[in-house]
Amino acid sequence: MRIFTSRSGAALCAGLLVAALAAACNSSKPVKAAGLKDDRKPAPDFALKDSDGKTVRLSDYRGKVVMVNFWATWCGPCKIEIPWFMDFQRKNRDKGFAIIGISMDDDGWDAVKPFVNELGINYRIVLGNDSVTQAYGGVEALPTTFLIDREGKIAAVHVGLAAKSDFEDGIDQLLADHSGGSGRPGVPALLIRPR
Amino acid sequence: MLTVAPPAKVVAKRRAPAQARLEVALAPGYHVNSNTPSEEYLIPLRLTWGPGPLEAAQVTYPQPHMEKYSFSPKPISVFTGKFDLVSRFQVAANAPPGPGVMTGKLRYQACNDKACFPPKTVEVRLPYQIE
Repeated sequence: MRIFTSRSGAALCAGLLVAALAAACNSSKPVKAAGLKDDRKPAPDFALKDSDGKTVRLSDYRGKVVMVNFWATWCGPCKIEIPWFMDFQRKNRDKGFAIIGISMDDDGWDAVKPFVNELGINYRIVLGNDSVTQAYGGVEALPTTFLIDREGKIAAVHVGLAAKSDFEDGIDQLLADHSGGSGRPGVPALLIRPR
Repeated sequence: MLTVAPPAKVVAKRRAPAQARLEVALAPGYHVNSNTPSEEYLIPLRLTWGPGPLEAAQVTYPQPHMEKYSFSPKPISVFTGKFDLVSRFQVAANAPPGPGVMTGKLRYQACNDKACFPPKTVEVRLPYQIE
């Protein structure tokens, strides 16, 4: 069984609810990961608007591997990751993979639209709010990225800038997993955060 | 991650200039964008004062550092560690004598080497005495 690891020496936490994990992982010491796929928690559903005013629901993506990325235009580390995500989207969109970028910009589309157009972002962008960040354990640091399996459960969380290969490994494993919740060991729920 | 020490009371006279120093401290490993960020998308640190008998004339920010981070292709203009913000005021000619408190707002946006945190605005209270 492979697990997601941070190659930058980030903290490693696992199991339990994401909220509890986020609160617990304040040190740089690794925390034991939950090893079974059954330990994953359901990703909270949300209904957020895209730039066309269309409602995007996470539940509409059930059956796909979904990467949910909380970001903002003022976030330097987010700008590093976005081109990676565009690459993931290009490579995997026909394999049952999707990315939803949740912008946390207070200035809304006035700030986000030009940014999205300038970078040519090729995946769905929606505007976030406090409700969705609270539902996801109180996202405080950006970027924060959740990898969600085909059953709509959180398989991994990356808090802060992660290595591109960490994401790639996770996506590949989740795309390869068609077990449909058999209970066998799968990708564990992990929290990876900087420092 | 950012703290502002309570500023010392400003004692000033009508029609005279006055000055206040704000001591700001950032936790190790964190930075805030300077008042003059090197990239357009970055949110600057900004201190502003509300209305009052001390009329804000100028805020002087420290010299920023140009620091390179893992997320920045080139160095960016930041403040780190401890630094002072100096505000210069002019006391109004009709300022009533006695004590009072000026209110200011310090807006900043902090990051470490891996992550950024939403912009914050903290209220700053500056006690004064007009003689």
